[in-house]
Amino acid sequence: MLLRHTPTEILERSALTINPAKTCQPIGAMYAALGIHGCLPHSHGSQGCCSYHRSTLTRHYKEPVMAATSSFTEGSSVFGGQANLLQAIENMFSVYDPQVIAVHTTCLSETIGDDIPQIVDKARADGKIPAGRHVIHANTPSYVGSHVTGFANMAKGIVDYLAGGDDLPKNKQQLNLIPGWVEPADMRELKRLTRLMGFDPITFPDTSDVLDAPQTGKHAFYPKGGVTPAQMARTGASIATIALGPTTAGPAARALENKCNVAAHVLGLPIGLRATDRFIAELRKLNGGFVPPEVLDERGRLLDMITDMHQYFYQKRVALWGDPDQLVALSEFFLDLDMTPAYIVTGTPGKKFLARIAEVLGEQIRATQVRQGPQADMFLLHQWIKNKPVDLLMGNTYGKYIARDENTPFVRHGFPILDRVGHADFPTVGYRGALRLLEMILNIFMDRQDRNAPEESFELVM
Amino acid sequence: MRKVAIYGKGGIGKSTTTQNTVAALAEMGKKVMVVGCDPKADSTRLLLHGLAQKTVLDTLREEGEDVELDDIRKSGYGGSLCTESGGPEPGVGCAGRGIITSINLLEQLGAYAESNALDYVFYDVLGDVVCGGFAMPIREGKAQEIYIVCSGEMMAMYAANNICKGIVKFAEAGGVRLGGIICNSRKVDNEKEMIAEFAKRLGTQMIHFVPRDNDVQRAEIRKMTVIDWNPKCVQADEYRQLARSIDANEMFVVPKPMDIPQLEQLLLDFGVLEVAA
Repeated sequence: MLLRHTPTEILERSALTINPAKTCQPIGAMYAALGIHGCLPHSHGSQGCCSYHRSTLTRHYKEPVMAATSSFTEGSSVFGGQANLLQAIENMFSVYDPQVIAVHTTCLSETIGDDIPQIVDKARADGKIPAGRHVIHANTPSYVGSHVTGFANMAKGIVDYLAGGDDLPKNKQQLNLIPGWVEPADMRELKRLTRLMGFDPITFPDTSDVLDAPQTGKHAFYPKGGVTPAQMARTGASIATIALGPTTAGPAARALENKCNVAAHVLGLPIGLRATDRFIAELRKLNGGFVPPEVLDERGRLLDMITDMHQYFYQKRVALWGDPDQLVALSEFFLDLDMTPAYIVTGTPGKKFLARIAEVLGEQIRATQVRQGPQADMFLLHQWIKNKPVDLLMGNTYGKYIARDENTPFVRHGFPILDRVGHADFPTVGYRGALRLLEMILNIFMDRQDRNAPEESFELVM
Repeated sequence: MRKVAIYGKGGIGKSTTTQNTVAALAEMGKKVMVVGCDPKADSTRLLLHGLAQKTVLDTLREEGEDVELDDIRKSGYGGSLCTESGGPEPGVGCAGRGIITSINLLEQLGAYAESNALDYVFYDVLGDVVCGGFAMPIREGKAQEIYIVCSGEMMAMYAANNICKGIVKFAEAGGVRLGGIICNSRKVDNEKEMIAEFAKRLGTQMIHFVPRDNDVQRAEIRKMTVIDWNPKCVQADEYRQLARSIDANEMFVVPKPMDIPQLEQLLLDFGVLEVAA
């Protein structure tokens, strides 16, 4: 009982956070930056920040994550980090030859007020940025928002610095696709669906073929995936931008609309039946009203499994924790399965989440406890569960302690997953992704039923 | 060794008052070290006859951690020891962190060691205590007594009152106490009485009223303290008196900051009503 000290009685806390349901902004910024081809993320701060962000990404994706740091010393904290960043830019271009350097800040450099655009301008004036290469940036203080905010900020940074082409003639086939913070496999699946719907998507950030790069026997410092600056320079010619996830992808889509006059269509993450329906419907509006039979078949197969297995889902209570866009989509999906999202917890702030989750839950909201903010942590979630148990836990790896202590089935989903594989390789978005989610949930329910069934009701056929 | 921190509104004359007082203490035979905690590094100019000082942070930046005490501590008027924290150029970096770094470094280098046989250390701190760094000199184990330089001008009194709020916080946690208010006169009506009353309300004393005298300016132009420039002038005696009062001071209190209406009433009572009458 690793969490045996968690009391059942819930007291309102005014200050303490125990096992937060969020992490640091720069992790998100670093992940988003890796979705640019040939990009070297750069952490403007002390070395420890960069190490933590790299290692957490590596532990989740099981891939090497290259990133540089300004390596602040006591002196840089006092005099500012300009000298370090200028030197770093020079070193990175001469040693690692990136196409793009994506600088994100840290708590320290934010607090002392380093002005990244001013430093980058100086680097350019000093001739430290080779022609055709780019240095982009995002401000990512960790005491604001969460890892989700960091992702959104860097996705917007990609637009601010690299988007262009509003003077080009519109290309009816070209569509900008901004996946929120999803897995590389999800990004690949979203591209596949968009292509099936008749578009040639410019996807950014796109970490497929970066953080799920195949083993070829040869190390590629910059794997083949990621959006290129040349592609970004054409985003203005697209007929629309589809942003999946208002929290993570919304700001970038709106920035692109303002900069290049490409209409922003901000949708929820297409996880589950209806959210994917809305994604496909939006594409259908843009492609002249066409949905290919493959996509309809995929939807039909999902619907088939939902109906076939309904008895296993019916009225099962589920506890969810993680990031706003995922929680909204999963809650809706569970309602469609006739399951009950009993507890929902996110450490990521943002009032729109509560409004959106209320909208999705509708009448069901009365049976659901939702908490957001500093005291919305794993500790509170555990207390809720101790008061009234659930049938399923769904969220990142940090739920494993609760799963063990409460002997509750646990499906890993979200970030980070540090103790299983597959999340980066098999999508959970789209109709096929939803099928995979059902498979994972059913497997764990049925394993549990087999394990617990008395001999006389142990079923061969389920 | 007594560690003294001088606070007060920007431009009120902290550095001038500190150095003139230090000169008087040195004349009395006291061994004094001045630690300038202002990025402008002009807290020891009068004692050193110019900005001859290499700052602690400049040295740290140029030579890394390998700093010698002699690199950053110069001998000034009357055997006083002068150091300047220094800091970043305006608009970049973090001056507050600079003070923390610099004071830590001075301690590591043994600037306060017994062997120096110091009677006094004076911290001359930037006008407003804008962040934690500028409160470093009054953290536990640093300065134990504080003097606030103030005048009868409203904003100076506001600032002094605010500084008292900061002192209360540190006094509750540690040993720092307010030793008094130094009134550096701006020739405001009723100034001496008003500041005496102000000090009393704060629970402290006006330790000295330093009258306005152009000799201070005349000495400053020559990069000297008044005592150094003209030991016989009247103003030199004022600083000698201030130095004696500080040396003999035994009144150390946790101040009771006033709320704003009280403070405004005080100003009305001593300033405006006088004119109305």
